[in-house]
Amino acid sequence: MSAAPAAISVGEMLRRHGISRRGFIKYCTATASALALPPWMGPAMAAQLRDGPRPSVIYLSFQECTGCFESLTCSFAPTIEDLMFDVISLDYDDTLMAAAGDAAGSALAAAMRDNHGKYILVVDGSIPTGASGACCTAGGRTAEAILREAAAGAAAIVAVGTCAAFGGIPFADPNPTGAWPVSAIIPERPIVNVSGCPPIAEVITGTLLQLVTTGKLPDLDGHGRPKAYFGNNIHDRCYRRPFYDQGKFAKSFDDEGARSGWCLYELGCKGPTTFNACATIKWNGGTSFPIESGHGCLGCSEPNFWDKGSFYAALDTPDWGKAGESTGTQVVELTGGAVAAGLVLGVASAGTSRLRQHHSAGSGNKPGAEGE
Amino acid sequence: MDFLTFARGPALRVSIGVFCIGVVWRIMGFVLLRIRRERSLARESMPRYLSEGLLAIATRSWPHPEFVRRTGAGEAIGYSYHMGLFVVVLLFGPHITFFASLFGFTWPGLPSSVITVISVVTLTLFLAVLFRRVTNPVIRMLSNFDDYFSWFITMSVLVTGIATTAHVGLSYETLLAVHILSVDGLLLWFPFGKLMHAFYIFPSRAINGAILARRGAAS
Repeated sequence: MSAAPAAISVGEMLRRHGISRRGFIKYCTATASALALPPWMGPAMAAQLRDGPRPSVIYLSFQECTGCFESLTCSFAPTIEDLMFDVISLDYDDTLMAAAGDAAGSALAAAMRDNHGKYILVVDGSIPTGASGACCTAGGRTAEAILREAAAGAAAIVAVGTCAAFGGIPFADPNPTGAWPVSAIIPERPIVNVSGCPPIAEVITGTLLQLVTTGKLPDLDGHGRPKAYFGNNIHDRCYRRPFYDQGKFAKSFDDEGARSGWCLYELGCKGPTTFNACATIKWNGGTSFPIESGHGCLGCSEPNFWDKGSFYAALDTPDWGKAGESTGTQVVELTGGAVAAGLVLGVASAGTSRLRQHHSAGSGNKPGAEGE
Repeated sequence: MDFLTFARGPALRVSIGVFCIGVVWRIMGFVLLRIRRERSLARESMPRYLSEGLLAIATRSWPHPEFVRRTGAGEAIGYSYHMGLFVVVLLFGPHITFFASLFGFTWPGLPSSVITVISVVTLTLFLAVLFRRVTNPVIRMLSNFDDYFSWFITMSVLVTGIATTAHVGLSYETLLAVHILSVDGLLLWFPFGKLMHAFYIFPSRAINGAILARRGAAS
Protein backbone atom coordinates (compact mmCIF):
# COMPACT_ATOMS: atom_id res chain seq x y z
CA MET A 1 0.00 0.00 0.00
CA SER A 2 1.03 3.54 -0.50
CA ALA A 3 2.82 4.82 2.56
CA ALA A 4 1.41 8.32 2.30
CA PRO A 5 -2.15 9.44 2.78
CA ALA A 6 -4.03 10.47 -0.33
CA ALA A 7 -4.33 14.10 0.80
CA ILE A 8 -0.63 14.79 0.26
CA SER A 9 0.04 16.18 -3.20
CA VAL A 10 2.35 14.57 -5.69
CA GLY A 11 4.67 17.56 -5.51
CA GLU A 12 5.09 17.09 -1.80
CA MET A 13 5.73 13.38 -2.27
CA LEU A 14 8.37 14.09 -4.89
CA ARG A 15 10.15 16.56 -2.61
CA ARG A 16 10.21 13.90 0.08
CA HIS A 17 11.85 11.53 -2.39
CA GLY A 18 14.44 14.09 -3.39
CA ILE A 19 13.10 14.64 -6.92
CA SER A 20 13.86 18.12 -8.22
CA ARG A 21 11.26 20.24 -9.95
CA ARG A 22 13.39 20.15 -13.12
CA GLY A 23 13.56 16.33 -13.04
CA PHE A 24 9.85 16.09 -12.47
CA ILE A 25 8.94 18.36 -15.40
CA LYS A 26 11.45 16.51 -17.56
CA TYR A 27 9.71 13.24 -16.80
CA CYS A 28 6.26 14.70 -17.49
CA THR A 29 7.44 16.20 -20.78
CA ALA A 30 8.99 12.90 -21.84
CA THR A 31 5.77 11.08 -21.01
CA ALA A 32 3.67 13.67 -22.87
CA SER A 33 6.00 13.27 -25.85
CA ALA A 34 5.71 9.47 -25.72
CA LEU A 35 1.95 9.81 -25.69
CA ALA A 36 2.12 12.13 -28.71
CA LEU A 37 0.48 14.92 -26.71
CA PRO A 38 1.15 18.61 -27.52
CA PRO A 39 4.38 20.06 -26.04
CA TRP A 40 2.49 22.25 -23.55
CA MET A 41 1.01 19.13 -21.97
CA GLY A 42 4.30 18.33 -20.21
CA PRO A 43 4.28 21.34 -17.85
CA ALA A 44 0.48 21.07 -17.57
CA MET A 45 0.80 17.47 -16.46
CA ALA A 46 3.49 18.45 -14.00
CA ALA A 47 1.29 21.20 -12.55
CA GLN A 48 -1.68 18.91 -12.28
CA LEU A 49 0.35 16.24 -10.51
CA ARG A 50 2.18 18.72 -8.28
CA ASP A 51 -0.87 20.53 -7.02
CA GLY A 52 -3.63 17.98 -7.22
CA PRO A 53 -4.38 15.24 -4.72
CA ARG A 54 -2.96 11.84 -5.43
CA PRO A 55 -5.47 9.88 -7.44
CA SER A 56 -6.83 6.70 -5.96
CA VAL A 57 -5.98 3.49 -7.77
CA ILE A 58 -7.47 0.07 -7.06
CA TYR A 59 -5.47 -2.81 -8.50
CA LEU A 60 -7.34 -6.10 -8.81
CA SER A 61 -5.50 -9.31 -9.67
CA PHE A 62 -7.46 -12.25 -11.02
CA GLN A 63 -6.37 -15.18 -13.16
CA GLU A 64 -2.78 -14.12 -13.80
CA CYS A 65 0.84 -14.93 -13.05
CA THR A 66 1.81 -11.59 -11.48
CA GLY A 67 4.28 -11.04 -14.31
CA CYS A 68 2.58 -7.77 -15.21
CA PHE A 69 2.93 -6.52 -11.66
CA GLU A 70 6.54 -7.69 -11.61
CA SER A 71 7.14 -5.68 -14.76
CA LEU A 72 5.69 -2.61 -13.09
CA THR A 73 7.48 -2.89 -9.78
CA CYS A 74 10.78 -4.67 -10.46
CA SER A 75 12.35 -2.41 -13.03
CA PHE A 76 16.04 -2.74 -13.73
CA ALA A 77 17.02 0.20 -11.59
CA PRO A 78 15.06 2.56 -9.38
CA THR A 79 13.86 5.36 -11.62
CA ILE A 80 11.59 8.32 -11.40
CA GLU A 81 8.92 6.03 -12.87
CA ASP A 82 9.08 3.97 -9.70
CA LEU A 83 8.49 7.08 -7.68
CA MET A 84 5.51 7.89 -9.82
CA PHE A 85 4.20 4.59 -8.69
CA ASP A 86 4.59 5.84 -5.12
CA VAL A 87 2.79 9.07 -5.78
CA ILE A 88 -0.50 7.62 -6.83
CA SER A 89 -2.59 6.48 -3.94
CA LEU A 90 -2.62 2.73 -4.41
CA ASP A 91 -5.52 2.01 -2.09
CA TYR A 92 -5.87 -1.67 -2.82
CA ASP A 93 -3.51 -4.26 -4.22
CA ASP A 94 -3.67 -7.75 -2.84
CA THR A 95 -0.15 -8.57 -4.06
CA LEU A 96 1.57 -5.76 -2.18
CA MET A 97 -0.66 -5.16 0.80
CA ALA A 98 0.25 -6.57 4.20
CA ALA A 99 -3.37 -7.08 5.16
CA ALA A 100 -5.12 -10.35 4.42
CA GLY A 101 -8.54 -11.91 4.82
CA ASP A 102 -11.32 -9.68 6.14
CA ALA A 103 -8.93 -6.77 6.65
CA ALA A 104 -8.04 -6.79 2.97
CA GLY A 105 -11.69 -7.09 1.96
CA SER A 106 -12.52 -4.15 4.20
CA ALA A 107 -9.71 -2.11 2.64
CA LEU A 108 -11.16 -2.71 -0.80
CA ALA A 109 -14.68 -1.84 0.31
CA ALA A 110 -13.43 1.34 2.00
CA ALA A 111 -11.40 2.37 -1.07
CA MET A 112 -14.40 1.93 -3.34
CA ARG A 113 -16.73 3.74 -0.96
CA ASP A 114 -14.43 6.69 -0.20
CA ASN A 115 -13.48 7.31 -3.84
CA HIS A 116 -16.68 6.26 -5.55
CA GLY A 117 -16.77 7.53 -9.13
CA LYS A 118 -13.21 8.86 -8.93
CA TYR A 119 -10.83 5.95 -8.66
CA ILE A 120 -8.94 4.29 -11.48
CA LEU A 121 -9.51 0.56 -11.61
CA VAL A 122 -6.54 -1.44 -12.83
CA VAL A 123 -7.31 -5.06 -13.62
CA ASP A 124 -4.64 -7.69 -14.04
CA GLY A 125 -5.58 -11.17 -15.26
CA SER A 126 -8.50 -12.78 -17.02
CA ILE A 127 -11.82 -13.52 -15.37
CA PRO A 128 -12.83 -17.18 -15.17
CA THR A 129 -16.54 -17.83 -15.47
CA GLY A 130 -16.51 -21.62 -15.73
CA ALA A 131 -17.47 -23.77 -12.73
CA SER A 132 -19.56 -20.83 -11.47
CA GLY A 133 -16.41 -18.73 -11.19
CA ALA A 134 -14.85 -21.12 -8.66
CA CYS A 135 -11.45 -21.02 -10.39
CA CYS A 136 -10.65 -17.60 -8.95
CA THR A 137 -12.23 -16.33 -5.73
CA ALA A 138 -11.26 -13.94 -2.95
CA GLY A 139 -13.06 -13.72 0.37
CA GLY A 140 -15.60 -16.21 -0.94
CA ARG A 141 -16.55 -14.02 -3.90
CA THR A 142 -15.86 -14.76 -7.53
CA ALA A 143 -13.54 -12.65 -9.64
CA GLU A 144 -16.48 -11.69 -11.82
CA ALA A 145 -18.53 -10.40 -8.86
CA ILE A 146 -15.60 -8.41 -7.50
CA LEU A 147 -14.89 -6.91 -10.92
CA ARG A 148 -18.49 -5.94 -11.56
CA GLU A 149 -18.74 -4.19 -8.19
CA ALA A 150 -15.41 -2.37 -8.58
CA ALA A 151 -16.11 -1.36 -12.16
CA ALA A 152 -19.43 0.23 -11.18
CA GLY A 153 -17.71 2.99 -9.18
CA ALA A 154 -14.59 3.46 -11.30
CA ALA A 155 -13.81 6.64 -13.23
CA ALA A 156 -11.76 4.63 -15.68
CA ILE A 157 -10.76 1.01 -16.18
CA VAL A 158 -7.34 -0.10 -17.32
CA ALA A 159 -6.82 -3.74 -18.27
CA VAL A 160 -3.13 -4.44 -17.70
CA GLY A 161 -1.57 -7.39 -19.47
CA THR A 162 -2.80 -9.58 -22.29
CA CYS A 163 -4.85 -11.78 -19.92
CA ALA A 164 -6.96 -8.82 -18.77
CA ALA A 165 -7.00 -7.19 -22.20
CA PHE A 166 -7.67 -10.20 -24.44
CA GLY A 167 -7.94 -13.25 -22.20
CA GLY A 168 -4.31 -14.21 -22.68
CA ILE A 169 -3.05 -17.70 -21.91
CA PRO A 170 -6.05 -18.72 -19.72
CA PHE A 171 -8.31 -17.82 -22.67
CA ALA A 172 -6.28 -20.01 -25.07
CA ASP A 173 -7.80 -23.16 -26.44
CA PRO A 174 -9.31 -25.15 -24.70
CA ASN A 175 -9.88 -22.40 -22.11
CA PRO A 176 -10.60 -24.82 -19.26
CA THR A 177 -11.67 -22.12 -16.80
CA GLY A 178 -14.06 -20.29 -19.13
CA ALA A 179 -11.81 -17.22 -18.95
CA TRP A 180 -12.76 -13.89 -20.49
CA PRO A 181 -11.08 -10.51 -20.86
CA VAL A 182 -12.33 -7.54 -18.85
CA SER A 183 -14.06 -6.04 -21.89
CA ALA A 184 -16.26 -9.14 -22.23
CA ILE A 185 -17.43 -8.86 -18.61
CA ILE A 186 -17.84 -5.08 -18.63
CA PRO A 187 -18.85 -4.36 -22.25
CA GLU A 188 -20.71 -1.16 -21.42
CA ARG A 189 -17.61 0.79 -20.30
CA PRO A 190 -14.68 2.02 -22.39
CA ILE A 191 -11.61 0.12 -21.28
CA VAL A 192 -7.99 0.98 -21.90
CA ASN A 193 -6.12 -2.20 -22.79
CA VAL A 194 -2.41 -2.15 -21.96
CA SER A 195 -1.56 -5.52 -23.44
CA GLY A 196 1.66 -7.47 -23.30
CA CYS A 197 2.87 -10.52 -21.51
CA PRO A 198 3.90 -8.56 -19.58
CA PRO A 199 3.41 -4.95 -20.69
CA ILE A 200 6.35 -2.56 -20.59
CA ALA A 201 6.48 -0.76 -17.22
CA GLU A 202 6.74 2.68 -18.85
CA VAL A 203 3.66 1.92 -20.96
CA ILE A 204 1.63 1.11 -17.86
CA THR A 205 2.81 4.18 -15.93
CA GLY A 206 2.52 6.44 -18.98
CA THR A 207 -1.06 5.37 -19.62
CA LEU A 208 -2.00 5.87 -15.96
CA LEU A 209 -0.28 9.24 -15.94
CA GLN A 210 -2.27 10.46 -18.90
CA LEU A 211 -5.50 9.28 -17.33
CA VAL A 212 -4.63 11.01 -14.07
CA THR A 213 -3.55 14.31 -15.58
CA THR A 214 -6.01 14.75 -18.43
CA GLY A 215 -8.96 12.89 -16.99
CA LYS A 216 -9.55 11.52 -20.47
CA LEU A 217 -8.92 8.22 -22.14
CA PRO A 218 -6.00 8.27 -24.57
CA ASP A 219 -6.57 7.73 -28.29
CA LEU A 220 -7.13 4.01 -28.67
CA ASP A 221 -6.56 1.60 -31.55
CA GLY A 222 -9.02 -1.03 -32.73
CA HIS A 223 -8.09 -3.27 -29.81
CA GLY A 224 -8.61 -0.52 -27.21
CA ARG A 225 -4.87 0.11 -26.75
CA PRO A 226 -3.27 3.57 -26.49
CA LYS A 227 -2.14 4.47 -30.00
CA ALA A 228 0.85 6.30 -28.60
CA TYR A 229 2.39 3.00 -27.54
CA PHE A 230 0.66 0.49 -29.80
CA GLY A 231 0.45 2.54 -33.00
CA ASN A 232 3.44 0.95 -34.72
CA ASN A 233 4.38 -2.62 -35.27
CA ILE A 234 7.65 -3.91 -33.88
CA HIS A 235 8.97 -4.89 -37.31
CA ASP A 236 8.87 -1.31 -38.61
CA ARG A 237 10.83 -0.03 -35.62
CA CYS A 238 13.16 -2.99 -35.25
CA TYR A 239 16.91 -2.44 -35.54
CA ARG A 240 17.06 -5.67 -37.58
CA ARG A 241 14.62 -4.25 -40.14
CA PRO A 242 17.37 -3.11 -42.59
CA PHE A 243 18.44 -6.75 -42.87
CA TYR A 244 14.88 -7.75 -43.77
CA ASP A 245 15.02 -5.14 -46.52
CA GLN A 246 18.34 -6.57 -47.69
CA GLY A 247 16.92 -10.09 -47.68
CA LYS A 248 19.34 -11.24 -44.96
CA PHE A 249 17.64 -13.71 -42.64
CA ALA A 250 19.06 -15.73 -39.75
CA LYS A 251 18.57 -19.46 -40.36
CA SER A 252 19.05 -20.56 -36.76
CA PHE A 253 19.22 -18.80 -33.42
CA ASP A 254 22.97 -19.14 -33.08
CA ASP A 255 24.24 -18.81 -36.63
CA GLU A 256 26.49 -16.08 -37.92
CA GLY A 257 23.52 -14.17 -39.33
CA ALA A 258 21.66 -14.14 -36.02
CA ARG A 259 24.77 -12.87 -34.25
CA SER A 260 25.25 -10.23 -36.93
CA GLY A 261 21.77 -8.85 -36.31
CA TRP A 262 20.05 -10.34 -39.36
CA CYS A 263 16.28 -10.49 -39.43
CA LEU A 264 14.60 -13.28 -37.43
CA TYR A 265 11.52 -13.46 -39.70
CA GLU A 266 12.33 -16.96 -40.93
CA LEU A 267 12.75 -18.15 -37.33
CA GLY A 268 9.15 -17.22 -36.59
CA CYS A 269 9.47 -13.62 -35.35
CA LYS A 270 5.98 -12.10 -35.06
CA GLY A 271 7.27 -8.51 -35.14
CA PRO A 272 5.43 -7.65 -38.39
CA THR A 273 2.04 -8.46 -36.87
CA THR A 274 2.69 -7.20 -33.35
CA PHE A 275 1.92 -3.69 -32.22
CA ASN A 276 3.85 -2.56 -29.18
CA ALA A 277 6.61 -0.22 -28.08
CA CYS A 278 9.22 -2.92 -27.39
CA ALA A 279 11.54 -1.74 -30.18
CA THR A 280 11.42 1.91 -29.09
CA ILE A 281 10.97 2.13 -25.30
CA LYS A 282 12.57 -1.31 -24.81
CA TRP A 283 12.88 -3.09 -21.48
CA ASN A 284 14.92 -2.82 -18.30
CA GLY A 285 15.42 0.89 -18.48
CA GLY A 286 15.87 0.91 -22.26
CA THR A 287 18.52 -1.81 -22.23
CA SER A 288 17.12 -4.14 -24.89
CA PHE A 289 14.08 -6.09 -26.00
CA PRO A 290 13.54 -9.76 -26.88
CA ILE A 291 14.61 -9.45 -30.54
CA GLU A 292 17.75 -7.64 -29.46
CA SER A 293 18.46 -10.59 -27.17
CA GLY A 294 18.33 -12.90 -30.19
CA HIS A 295 14.82 -14.32 -29.94
CA GLY A 296 11.94 -13.58 -32.27
CA CYS A 297 8.92 -11.64 -31.03
CA LEU A 298 6.15 -13.93 -29.76
CA GLY A 299 3.43 -11.39 -30.50
CA CYS A 300 2.38 -11.37 -26.84
CA SER A 301 0.53 -8.06 -27.02
CA GLU A 302 -1.86 -9.31 -29.70
CA PRO A 303 -5.20 -11.10 -29.14
CA ASN A 304 -5.03 -14.91 -29.19
CA PHE A 305 -1.25 -14.92 -29.53
CA TRP A 306 -1.09 -18.33 -27.88
CA ASP A 307 -3.35 -19.94 -30.50
CA LYS A 308 -1.69 -18.60 -33.65
CA GLY A 309 0.50 -21.60 -34.36
CA SER A 310 4.14 -22.20 -33.57
CA PHE A 311 6.26 -19.36 -32.24
CA TYR A 312 9.02 -20.71 -34.49
CA ALA A 313 7.11 -20.90 -37.80
CA ALA A 314 7.50 -17.92 -40.14
CA LEU A 315 4.36 -15.85 -40.58
CA ASP A 316 3.83 -16.83 -44.21
CA THR A 317 4.34 -20.56 -43.79
CA PRO A 318 1.27 -22.76 -44.20
CA ASP A 319 -0.63 -23.88 -41.16
CA TRP A 320 -1.27 -27.55 -41.82
CA GLY A 321 -3.72 -27.82 -38.99
CA LYS A 322 -2.42 -30.90 -37.23
CA ALA A 323 -0.34 -30.02 -34.21
CA GLY A 324 2.21 -32.65 -33.28
CA GLU A 325 2.48 -34.15 -36.76
CA SER A 326 5.53 -33.33 -38.88
CA THR A 327 5.07 -30.82 -41.69
CA GLY A 328 6.53 -33.26 -44.22
CA THR A 329 3.98 -35.92 -43.31
CA GLN A 330 1.10 -33.47 -43.60
CA VAL A 331 2.35 -32.11 -46.95
CA VAL A 332 2.69 -35.64 -48.33
CA GLU A 333 -0.75 -36.58 -46.99
CA LEU A 334 -2.46 -33.58 -48.56
CA THR A 335 -0.66 -33.43 -51.90
CA GLY A 336 -0.38 -37.22 -52.24
CA GLY A 337 -4.10 -37.64 -51.66
CA ALA A 338 -4.90 -34.81 -54.08
CA VAL A 339 -2.59 -36.18 -56.80
CA ALA A 340 -4.12 -39.65 -56.42
CA ALA A 341 -7.61 -38.15 -56.67
CA GLY A 342 -6.54 -36.19 -59.75
CA LEU A 343 -5.15 -39.35 -61.37
CA VAL A 344 -8.39 -41.25 -60.77
CA LEU A 345 -10.43 -38.32 -62.05
CA GLY A 346 -8.21 -37.92 -65.13
CA VAL A 347 -8.28 -41.59 -66.06
CA ALA A 348 -12.04 -41.74 -65.50
CA SER A 349 -12.58 -38.62 -67.65
CA ALA A 350 -10.38 -39.96 -70.44
CA GLY A 351 -12.09 -43.36 -70.27
CA THR A 352 -15.55 -41.79 -70.41
CA SER A 353 -14.51 -39.63 -73.33
CA ARG A 354 -13.15 -42.59 -75.30
CA LEU A 355 -16.27 -44.64 -74.60
CA ARG A 356 -18.42 -41.79 -75.88
CA GLN A 357 -16.30 -41.55 -79.03
CA HIS A 358 -16.48 -45.30 -79.49
CA HIS A 359 -20.28 -45.27 -79.23
CA SER A 360 -20.49 -42.32 -81.63
CA ALA A 361 -18.31 -44.18 -84.14
CA GLY A 362 -20.44 -47.32 -83.76
CA SER A 363 -23.66 -45.43 -84.43
CA GLY A 364 -22.43 -44.05 -87.75
CA ASN A 365 -21.51 -40.66 -86.38
CA LYS A 366 -17.74 -40.79 -86.64
CA PRO A 367 -16.02 -37.85 -85.09
CA GLY A 368 -13.27 -40.16 -83.86
CA ALA A 369 -12.91 -42.07 -87.09
CA GLU A 370 -9.56 -40.54 -87.77
CA GLY A 371 -8.27 -41.81 -84.47
CA GLU A 372 -6.98 -45.23 -83.69
CA MET B 1 -9.97 -18.03 -36.11
CA ASP B 2 -8.38 -14.81 -37.29
CA PHE B 3 -8.04 -13.73 -40.91
CA LEU B 4 -4.38 -14.67 -41.33
CA THR B 5 -4.84 -18.08 -39.71
CA PHE B 6 -7.74 -18.74 -42.08
CA ALA B 7 -5.76 -17.63 -45.14
CA ARG B 8 -2.64 -19.69 -44.43
CA GLY B 9 -4.57 -22.53 -42.81
CA PRO B 10 -7.82 -23.99 -44.15
CA ALA B 11 -8.00 -21.75 -47.24
CA LEU B 12 -4.44 -22.61 -48.28
CA ARG B 13 -4.92 -26.32 -47.60
CA VAL B 14 -8.09 -26.44 -49.69
CA SER B 15 -6.55 -24.45 -52.53
CA ILE B 16 -3.37 -26.60 -52.62
CA GLY B 17 -5.60 -29.69 -52.66
CA VAL B 18 -7.77 -28.35 -55.50
CA PHE B 19 -4.66 -27.23 -57.39
CA CYS B 20 -3.08 -30.71 -57.22
CA ILE B 21 -6.31 -32.51 -58.14
CA GLY B 22 -7.08 -30.13 -61.01
CA VAL B 23 -3.58 -30.06 -62.49
CA VAL B 24 -3.19 -33.86 -62.44
CA TRP B 25 -6.71 -34.28 -63.80
CA ARG B 26 -6.05 -31.99 -66.76
CA ILE B 27 -2.58 -33.40 -67.44
CA MET B 28 -4.02 -36.91 -67.47
CA GLY B 29 -6.68 -35.71 -69.89
CA PHE B 30 -3.87 -34.38 -72.09
CA VAL B 31 -1.72 -37.51 -71.82
CA LEU B 32 -4.61 -39.87 -72.54
CA LEU B 33 -5.85 -37.96 -75.59
CA ARG B 34 -6.43 -40.13 -78.64
CA ILE B 35 -3.53 -39.45 -80.96
CA ARG B 36 -4.15 -39.37 -84.68
CA ARG B 37 -2.33 -42.24 -86.35
CA GLU B 38 0.43 -41.11 -88.73
CA ARG B 39 -0.21 -42.98 -91.96
CA SER B 40 2.71 -41.53 -93.93
CA LEU B 41 6.21 -42.94 -93.83
CA ALA B 42 8.52 -41.22 -91.39
CA ARG B 43 10.95 -38.86 -93.19
CA GLU B 44 13.27 -38.86 -90.21
CA SER B 45 14.46 -41.50 -87.77
CA MET B 46 12.74 -41.54 -84.41
CA PRO B 47 15.72 -40.16 -82.44
CA ARG B 48 16.03 -37.39 -85.01
CA TYR B 49 12.42 -36.27 -85.00
CA LEU B 50 12.20 -36.52 -81.21
CA SER B 51 15.28 -34.32 -80.87
CA GLU B 52 13.79 -31.94 -83.46
CA GLY B 53 10.74 -31.79 -81.21
CA LEU B 54 12.85 -30.78 -78.22
CA LEU B 55 14.61 -28.21 -80.39
CA ALA B 56 11.26 -26.75 -81.36
CA ILE B 57 10.75 -25.71 -77.72
CA ALA B 58 13.53 -23.19 -78.27
CA THR B 59 12.93 -22.27 -81.92
CA ARG B 60 9.18 -21.77 -81.43
CA SER B 61 9.75 -19.59 -78.37
CA TRP B 62 10.69 -16.59 -80.45
CA PRO B 63 8.99 -15.29 -83.63
CA HIS B 64 10.40 -16.16 -87.03
CA PRO B 65 12.62 -13.29 -88.30
CA GLU B 66 9.90 -12.30 -90.71
CA PHE B 67 7.55 -11.54 -87.80
CA VAL B 68 9.97 -10.10 -85.28
CA ARG B 69 9.20 -6.50 -86.15
CA ARG B 70 5.49 -7.08 -85.84
CA THR B 71 5.29 -9.28 -82.72
CA GLY B 72 8.77 -9.19 -81.16
CA ALA B 73 7.99 -6.41 -78.69
CA GLY B 74 4.84 -8.14 -77.44
CA GLU B 75 6.73 -11.41 -77.02
CA ALA B 76 9.58 -9.64 -75.21
CA ILE B 77 7.15 -8.01 -72.79
CA GLY B 78 5.51 -11.38 -72.22
CA TYR B 79 8.80 -13.08 -71.42
CA SER B 80 9.91 -10.16 -69.25
CA TYR B 81 6.92 -10.22 -66.95
CA HIS B 82 7.11 -14.00 -66.73
CA MET B 83 10.76 -13.73 -65.68
CA GLY B 84 9.84 -10.97 -63.24
CA LEU B 85 7.22 -13.23 -61.70
CA PHE B 86 9.67 -16.11 -61.40
CA VAL B 87 12.27 -13.92 -59.71
CA VAL B 88 9.74 -12.44 -57.28
CA VAL B 89 8.13 -15.77 -56.45
CA LEU B 90 11.30 -17.81 -56.14
CA LEU B 91 13.95 -15.40 -54.85
CA PHE B 92 12.13 -13.31 -52.20
CA GLY B 93 13.20 -14.37 -48.70
CA PRO B 94 9.73 -14.87 -47.15
CA HIS B 95 8.69 -16.85 -50.27
CA ILE B 96 11.74 -19.07 -49.91
CA THR B 97 10.67 -19.69 -46.32
CA PHE B 98 7.24 -20.69 -47.59
CA PHE B 99 8.66 -23.14 -50.12
CA ALA B 100 11.17 -24.45 -47.61
CA SER B 101 8.28 -25.37 -45.32
CA LEU B 102 6.79 -27.36 -48.22
CA PHE B 103 9.87 -28.97 -49.74
CA GLY B 104 12.28 -29.04 -46.82
CA PHE B 105 15.19 -27.22 -48.47
CA THR B 106 16.14 -23.62 -49.09
CA TRP B 107 18.16 -21.53 -51.53
CA PRO B 108 19.73 -18.05 -51.64
CA GLY B 109 17.44 -15.09 -52.28
CA LEU B 110 17.74 -11.51 -53.46
CA PRO B 111 17.60 -8.34 -51.32
CA SER B 112 14.06 -7.16 -50.69
CA SER B 113 14.80 -3.80 -52.31
CA VAL B 114 15.80 -5.55 -55.56
CA ILE B 115 12.65 -7.66 -55.37
CA THR B 116 10.57 -4.52 -54.88
CA VAL B 117 12.07 -2.90 -57.99
CA ILE B 118 11.50 -6.06 -60.05
CA SER B 119 7.92 -6.28 -58.72
CA VAL B 120 7.12 -2.73 -59.78
CA VAL B 121 8.66 -3.31 -63.24
CA THR B 122 6.66 -6.53 -63.57
CA LEU B 123 3.52 -4.70 -62.50
CA THR B 124 4.12 -2.09 -65.18
CA LEU B 125 4.59 -4.80 -67.81
CA PHE B 126 1.36 -6.43 -66.64
CA LEU B 127 -0.48 -3.20 -67.24
CA ALA B 128 1.20 -2.91 -70.65
CA VAL B 129 -0.01 -6.35 -71.78
CA LEU B 130 -3.53 -5.52 -70.62
CA PHE B 131 -3.39 -2.27 -72.57
CA ARG B 132 -2.22 -4.19 -75.63
CA ARG B 133 -4.97 -6.75 -75.19
CA VAL B 134 -7.75 -4.16 -75.07
CA THR B 135 -6.35 -1.83 -77.74
CA ASN B 136 -5.32 -4.37 -80.35
CA PRO B 137 -8.52 -5.32 -82.25
CA VAL B 138 -7.35 -8.83 -83.12
CA ILE B 139 -6.18 -9.73 -79.62
CA ARG B 140 -9.29 -8.14 -78.13
CA MET B 141 -11.48 -10.30 -80.39
CA LEU B 142 -9.58 -13.43 -79.37
CA SER B 143 -9.81 -12.65 -75.65
CA ASN B 144 -12.50 -14.01 -73.37
CA PHE B 145 -13.29 -14.08 -69.64
CA ASP B 146 -10.54 -16.64 -69.05
CA ASP B 147 -7.86 -14.26 -70.34
CA TYR B 148 -9.03 -11.31 -68.27
CA PHE B 149 -9.65 -13.29 -65.09
CA SER B 150 -6.30 -15.06 -65.34
CA TRP B 151 -4.68 -11.65 -65.74
CA PHE B 152 -6.64 -10.27 -62.79
CA ILE B 153 -5.88 -13.10 -60.38
CA THR B 154 -2.16 -13.02 -61.17
CA MET B 155 -2.12 -9.24 -60.94
CA SER B 156 -3.90 -9.33 -57.58
CA VAL B 157 -1.17 -11.58 -56.15
CA LEU B 158 1.47 -9.15 -57.37
CA VAL B 159 -0.31 -6.03 -56.11
CA THR B 160 -1.12 -7.45 -52.67
CA GLY B 161 2.44 -8.72 -52.38
CA ILE B 162 3.87 -5.27 -53.06
CA ALA B 163 1.36 -3.72 -50.63
CA THR B 164 2.32 -6.24 -47.95
CA THR B 165 6.03 -5.61 -48.31
CA ALA B 166 5.51 -1.85 -48.35
CA HIS B 167 2.92 -1.91 -45.50
CA VAL B 168 0.51 0.20 -47.50
CA GLY B 169 -2.80 1.10 -45.89
CA LEU B 170 -3.82 -1.81 -43.70
CA SER B 171 -1.88 -3.62 -41.00
CA TYR B 172 0.80 -6.09 -42.08
CA GLU B 173 -1.27 -8.97 -40.71
CA THR B 174 -4.30 -8.02 -42.82
CA LEU B 175 -2.21 -7.33 -45.91
CA LEU B 176 -0.38 -10.64 -45.55
CA ALA B 177 -3.70 -12.46 -45.13
CA VAL B 178 -5.13 -10.77 -48.24
CA HIS B 179 -1.94 -11.61 -50.15
CA ILE B 180 -2.09 -15.29 -49.14
CA LEU B 181 -5.82 -15.35 -49.96
CA SER B 182 -5.04 -14.02 -53.43
CA VAL B 183 -2.51 -16.84 -53.82
CA ASP B 184 -5.23 -19.24 -52.65
CA GLY B 185 -7.51 -17.82 -55.35
CA LEU B 186 -4.81 -18.24 -57.99
CA LEU B 187 -4.25 -21.87 -56.97
CA LEU B 188 -8.00 -22.53 -57.17
CA TRP B 189 -8.30 -20.97 -60.62
CA PHE B 190 -5.03 -22.28 -62.05
CA PRO B 191 -6.08 -25.76 -63.27
CA PHE B 192 -9.33 -24.58 -64.81
CA GLY B 193 -8.17 -21.59 -66.82
CA LYS B 194 -5.45 -20.55 -69.21
CA LEU B 195 -2.89 -20.47 -66.43
CA MET B 196 -2.53 -24.18 -67.20
CA HIS B 197 -0.34 -23.06 -70.11
CA ALA B 198 2.47 -23.30 -67.55
CA PHE B 199 2.22 -27.09 -67.90
CA TYR B 200 1.11 -27.31 -71.54
CA ILE B 201 3.20 -24.79 -73.41
CA PHE B 202 6.52 -26.63 -73.71
CA PRO B 203 5.16 -30.19 -74.18
CA SER B 204 2.77 -28.97 -76.90
CA ARG B 205 5.61 -27.21 -78.75
CA ALA B 206 7.75 -30.33 -78.48
CA ILE B 207 4.97 -32.61 -79.73
CA ASN B 208 4.10 -30.34 -82.65
CA GLY B 209 7.79 -30.03 -83.53
CA ALA B 210 8.27 -33.80 -83.42
CA ILE B 211 5.19 -34.48 -85.59
CA LEU B 212 6.29 -31.92 -88.17
CA ALA B 213 9.85 -33.26 -88.17
CA ARG B 214 8.53 -36.80 -88.73
CA ARG B 215 6.75 -35.53 -91.81
CA GLY B 216 9.93 -33.87 -92.98
CA ALA B 217 8.84 -30.29 -92.32
CA ALA B 218 11.04 -27.81 -90.56
CA SER B 219 9.65 -26.57 -87.27
